[in-house]
Amino acid sequence: MPAHDVLIIGAGLAGQRAALAAARAGASVAIMSKVHPVRSHSVAAAGGINAAISVDDDWRSHAYDTVKGSDYLGDQDAIEIMCSEAPAEVMHLEHMGVTFHRNDKGELDLRAFGGASMKRTAYVADITGQALLHVLYEQLMKHHETVELLEEWFTLSLLTDGDGRCCGVVARDVRSGRIEAFMAKNVILACGGAGQVYKPTTNGLIVTGDGIALAYRAGAPLMDMEMVQYHPTCLVETGILITEGARGEGAHLLNAKGERFMASSAPNKMELASRDVVSRAEQIEINEGRGVGPGGLGIHLDVTVVPRKRTLEALREIVNLGRDFAGVDITREPITIRPGQHYIMGGVKTDVEGRTPIEGLYAAGEVACVSVHGGNRLGANSLLDTLIFGRRAGEHAAARAAAVAMPQLDALPQLRRDAAEIEQIIARPREGRRVSEIKDELGEVMNRHVAVFRDERGLQTAAETVARLKEEAARAWIDDRGTVFNQDVLGAIELGFMLDCAEATVAAAIERKESRGAQFRTDFPERDDQEWLKHIDISLNGDVPQVGYSPVTFTQWQPEERRY
Amino acid sequence: MSVEQFKLRMRRYNPESGDAPYWDEHTVELEPHRSVLEGILQARDRFDGSIGIRCSCRQAICGSCGVRINGEPALACHTHLEAAVRGAREGAIEIEPMGNMPVIKDLIVDMDAVHWTKVRRVTPWLINKQPVPEREYLVDHDSMVDVTQTMACIQCGACVSDCLAMEVDPGFIGPAALAKAYRFVGDPRDDRQFERLNDLAQDPQGIFDCTHCFRCVEACPKDVDPMGQIMRLRRIATSDYQIVDRNNGRRHEAAFTTLVRDYGLNHEAELLPRSYGGNSWFGKFAPAAGKELLSSLPVIVKGLLRGKFNPKTAIFGHKLRKQDLDAVRAIYEKVEGRERRYELNLYVTGSDEDAEAPDAKSETGTPSEPGATNEQVPIASGGAEESAGA
Repeated sequence: MPAHDVLIIGAGLAGQRAALAAARAGASVAIMSKVHPVRSHSVAAAGGINAAISVDDDWRSHAYDTVKGSDYLGDQDAIEIMCSEAPAEVMHLEHMGVTFHRNDKGELDLRAFGGASMKRTAYVADITGQALLHVLYEQLMKHHETVELLEEWFTLSLLTDGDGRCCGVVARDVRSGRIEAFMAKNVILACGGAGQVYKPTTNGLIVTGDGIALAYRAGAPLMDMEMVQYHPTCLVETGILITEGARGEGAHLLNAKGERFMASSAPNKMELASRDVVSRAEQIEINEGRGVGPGGLGIHLDVTVVPRKRTLEALREIVNLGRDFAGVDITREPITIRPGQHYIMGGVKTDVEGRTPIEGLYAAGEVACVSVHGGNRLGANSLLDTLIFGRRAGEHAAARAAAVAMPQLDALPQLRRDAAEIEQIIARPREGRRVSEIKDELGEVMNRHVAVFRDERGLQTAAETVARLKEEAARAWIDDRGTVFNQDVLGAIELGFMLDCAEATVAAAIERKESRGAQFRTDFPERDDQEWLKHIDISLNGDVPQVGYSPVTFTQWQPEERRY
Repeated sequence: MSVEQFKLRMRRYNPESGDAPYWDEHTVELEPHRSVLEGILQARDRFDGSIGIRCSCRQAICGSCGVRINGEPALACHTHLEAAVRGAREGAIEIEPMGNMPVIKDLIVDMDAVHWTKVRRVTPWLINKQPVPEREYLVDHDSMVDVTQTMACIQCGACVSDCLAMEVDPGFIGPAALAKAYRFVGDPRDDRQFERLNDLAQDPQGIFDCTHCFRCVEACPKDVDPMGQIMRLRRIATSDYQIVDRNNGRRHEAAFTTLVRDYGLNHEAELLPRSYGGNSWFGKFAPAAGKELLSSLPVIVKGLLRGKFNPKTAIFGHKLRKQDLDAVRAIYEKVEGRERRYELNLYVTGSDEDAEAPDAKSETGTPSEPGATNEQVPIASGGAEESAGA
């Protein structure tokens, strides 16, 4: 049976960074992903990565912006760590070979980004995530002797012993269908968010909340799950993301009257207010009949105000996206966008070392909630989050591995349960609904009721729908009865993961009776620091989500009214 | 826009069935500007969940869904149904797995066995120039924008799928991996440019194994221009590092260049002597040329029988009018007279349409890079090449 000091689930930026850090610390490392590492959704991050590297900047300014962006729900000790370690991390990436674009002096160039008080976003055109991910993968190829790559292995469950410690995972080789147990002193979950819970979403089809659900089922609490980010600029039909870098380079948002409507809600930062603020302002324009395009469901993003050469050089990807996915030449005409689900601030609750409350289980990246993003994440802070806390989790897990023995656990019972589950899915009679129908209904109900604006009635409808869909999912049938690349059966398992995530999100959104960050309750439109300046934790109690609370950590910054 | 019906004809293969690959047809209903991937996913969701295809981002950035559509390599998510149906035979959009790689199931191929093995061949990581600075390396803006073109490769395998040289010689390192190699050779922070170039030039399946067919350029959904990167590797290897490869690739290429300059067209009878003996009278008797001539005889005879060339002009040379010859030479003077070599790089110079409509938007429409616009230059027109190293 394979056994490693550190087993990482997910090979996006957090996972690869954790693997490199743990291997460097001398641990035996394996990194497992249901897709090839460069297909991970980190690849789609476009705009850049924040770090106070300019001589005029200070990490405290970055930290303050992040705290304010989080609507004071972010934990300030974690934010201080992330922002103070950011410059060294970005330099480390540069030394690894990331092709960051330069200024006239040959130093890293920095672009403006939403909610930031100065230019502090380093970037590679508008393919920053891709460049980072591919460069980290170059490093994995370089260190192939110390990091074992398990590409296209799907994690089915976490192994825990009688004392509740995490001892490894059970996984299925996608290519052969073989199920195997992997023992590990430490497991690091780094398998991303749960965007597919929504429809449409900017997130890839693989982003199905696997890690969140695995931890939730193993007893770990989820935190800030109600905080779901809607990105202000997504293509109307498909939800494809248009980078915030466009606004960072100077693009305008216009309503049907051609007005820069951000002037009313964010007179100072305008289009570069934080994402929750901009998305709400857009949704108000659309709801009040000032939208553009078919049905007035969109807003114009005008990139033509950015010099054409600059656009072609620094925003080339969205030039392509506009041309190929919307039929628009963004250098010559405005493109129609709207807010769309993009990111979940919440996730598996961890401390600043990436430790979850389950011994031996870590989490880093979007799957985790440290919480550095609180109620709303600033653009270009997610890449930073994945790398800083991926590295910290990798280092800490490697150190812990040196101090503990390899768990002795009979993995066979769990392995049999997982195998039986797959058999049972494959054997289901063809009655009831298909997996895809349930998934579509879930996405639509979440996007209708658990979106930019929420209220009790809509949330209750969502809760009832999710509960019903869970029952239907238990009987949903599939076509593929094979073992080789049976994506059908994995889709049924992913649907279960997504429903768990949705359940936690809805429960937390119902619980928080105030408006903060990405959670705007039309029935409780004010922020209520007295009652709700605290995290909501959701854990699984038997079969139902149970609500708990954690305090927010403050260091330097007391809550203030948030203006941009 | 209204929904229309599209017939998808997919190449299926189930390795567990023991049956040969077969065609499977489904009709889907979508707006014409939706992607072929959306069509495949609809077929999978509604009719047959066992259709195998890798996919994730739906926006041509994760590189998962490389397939062949109507015989041409493409990303399924990046091809509109209306465009695909225009190239369809009998109204059905044909979707097959990529070529040059073993099929695992349906539209899923084994990329590790081919593509990634070749990527690993080119030492695909930065070898840092020493000393590593405390902060960032100070490097030119244009050099980073330049390597961003190859950094933009999403490793989808479309170019590998369609590489003709690889079809003949499966050992050819190939377009994607060689483009990846340029990403380091063009990176001023890398310390091993010469070693990398020498390695790839001396390898008989390296940079001189490319046959210049442009298929990878057309296949690439991200404008990486893999063949262009291979040609840049050749130019840097030969012109900047004076690498003389044992495959004779450098001199063979030089022979073509000087022949076209001298005669306006290729002069077939002169090609081998010049490739081996260089551009001099005595070169005509280079023993290696004779040897190559002997071993090439079957090819020559076959070409003659099929009318690929005319024996008279092949031996005595083509006769061009003086004004045509002068026009060819003018191109040489213009290109070779430049102080710096120009390289095509879309990130640096903007796209081709700039050349057609430089004044479309007077404020922003005119790129400031020299050579970026209206000049009619063969092969390499475009912006400044900064990173070739000297």
